[in-house]
Amino acid sequence: MVKDPLQESVGQYALRMVNIEKYFGLVRALTNINLEVGRNEIVGLIGDNGAGKSTMVKILTGVFPPTRGELYIADRKVDSRRYNVQSAHAHGIETVYQDKSLGEKQVLWRNFFIGRQIVNRFGFIDVKKEKAIANEIMVKTIGFRSKGITVDSNVSQLSGGERQGIAIGRAMHFEADLIILDEPTVALSLKEVAKVIDFVHKIKEGGKASIYISHSIPDVYEVSDRFIVLDRGEIGASIPKKDISLRDLDGFLLEYAHGLKDKE
Amino acid sequence: MNSVRSVFRFLGRLEGFAIAMVLLLLYVVLIIAAPSVFTRPLIYISFLETVPPTLIAALGLTFVITAGEIDLSFPAVVSLSGFALSWAWRSFDPTYGAWIGIGLALAAGALVGYINGVMVARIGVPSIMATLAANFFWYGISILLAGGLQVTLKGSQDNFVHELFVGRLFGAVPAQALWALGLAVLLWFVLNRHKFGESVMFIGDNANVARVMGVNVEATRIRLFAFHGMIAAFAGIIVTLDIGVFYPDQGNFLLPAMASVFIGGTSIAGGSGSVFGTLFGAYVIGSLEAGVVATTISGYWVQVVEGVVMAAVIVLNAATGKGNLAALSSRFHLLKVSASANSAQELLRKDDTAPN
Repeated sequence: MVKDPLQESVGQYALRMVNIEKYFGLVRALTNINLEVGRNEIVGLIGDNGAGKSTMVKILTGVFPPTRGELYIADRKVDSRRYNVQSAHAHGIETVYQDKSLGEKQVLWRNFFIGRQIVNRFGFIDVKKEKAIANEIMVKTIGFRSKGITVDSNVSQLSGGERQGIAIGRAMHFEADLIILDEPTVALSLKEVAKVIDFVHKIKEGGKASIYISHSIPDVYEVSDRFIVLDRGEIGASIPKKDISLRDLDGFLLEYAHGLKDKE
Repeated sequence: MNSVRSVFRFLGRLEGFAIAMVLLLLYVVLIIAAPSVFTRPLIYISFLETVPPTLIAALGLTFVITAGEIDLSFPAVVSLSGFALSWAWRSFDPTYGAWIGIGLALAAGALVGYINGVMVARIGVPSIMATLAANFFWYGISILLAGGLQVTLKGSQDNFVHELFVGRLFGAVPAQALWALGLAVLLWFVLNRHKFGESVMFIGDNANVARVMGVNVEATRIRLFAFHGMIAAFAGIIVTLDIGVFYPDQGNFLLPAMASVFIGGTSIAGGSGSVFGTLFGAYVIGSLEAGVVATTISGYWVQVVEGVVMAAVIVLNAATGKGNLAALSSRFHLLKVSASANSAQELLRKDDTAPN
């Protein structure tokens, strides 16, 4: 069922990073990052702690600019000095974090629209419309079947997996072209992880792109079309899924870690 | 049983229901304890006159606390805005000077709030410190400008503005009570139905989430403090017009206003606020002192009784917050019906983890 993503997206990238570098003072966090993500490609980003994954995410989502290098979104160059979280949203980049995506004490329908409410010209929210759309996202996009959970439920009533589902569903509804999932399954039970994986499959089916970051290699393997191994601020390898089995990928990563250790 | 529970659930969801019941209970107790005072309308009219300034300031404070911040500077704003009104009253012909004064007062409140907001949002000073300093500073400025003296609003009784804001409807109902009620309704809509209010709730809930979801956290915080400054200035206008005199200490209701917000059910943790809770809370706080005095309990006991009532209400709030009233009612039901103590306990434990 999974088509070759590289073929499908020739000349059409959701995202391209060209020679991106990032220094914090004299500390080099990222060097020579060249990476492209196809329009309908799920890229699994793998790397040890401190490899530079979160630095990369923060550059992509506009939290801070790169020191050097160019960023292209949907084949258009981005002025990195003017690029921030708001303009990342405007460019169709949405991020789902491990725990920073939803307002815990708020009802679900508010969480779908916070930051881009449907308002009249006095700024008052069209609650009916927001609830109707939120309900549609929950039923159609996310496929929520949990009993007793409605758009009026509080986020605190949801399980961890359901919360991530809401965050992903929201990103999909707002026509995100690229959804960055930063460790979305940490602290979730196995059953909940399966739900999140399901949501990521829906991103693929929806024709969108994603960068999936996780420590869990089996999860990354399951959802990704291609794996990028990040090591000490550099891209160590880029392997299409069709070229490698889960066991080989696991072995490769182990060897990789050992090999580098031996060099030290 | 089910219908009883659903009634409880419905009532528990009504904003400020619990504290409204407390207010009702308070009046029932007072009617029994001091019938000569509390069976006559005069005492209630007096509450409708004295509570609104505290209530109005507390309504604005509800927003600030919902955003997870605090504003201790509104007593100074009440004072400063009263001075601005009295200055314009004295300096211009009162027929239009009153309106200039009201404009100046609101502008002064917004300015003080704006500066608070900049200190908190841009410079990063914790709001408790920034607004504490602001309270000293602006109170001092207000005393300085007034030369430490009171200023009488000459002929205020005959002025239309007086009639409009603090006159008596049908010769009985103080107009400020209606203004306060109207403001409460408006602010409920702003908090629960406006973009600004929603942003305030999300910021109080988790400012990081609000930020990554595209809320301009800094600008909203600045607006929030300016907003409360203007509302506090309105409270100052009401006080000054009502007594016809400006005096520097007129905003001396910091603690009653804060107590009104908290017993009304707004959480100190931020993220959600109860506008109508604050409305009823302010009347509970405002009725307590006069009420306890009227029962002829020795004056030394007044504050003790007030403290006990406040603590009791806050405990009640913790138990009944958002839907927990329904959970409570189902507990009674379980306690009565369940034959097996074990299963009841198990269910109770489940309820304990219910979100509040």
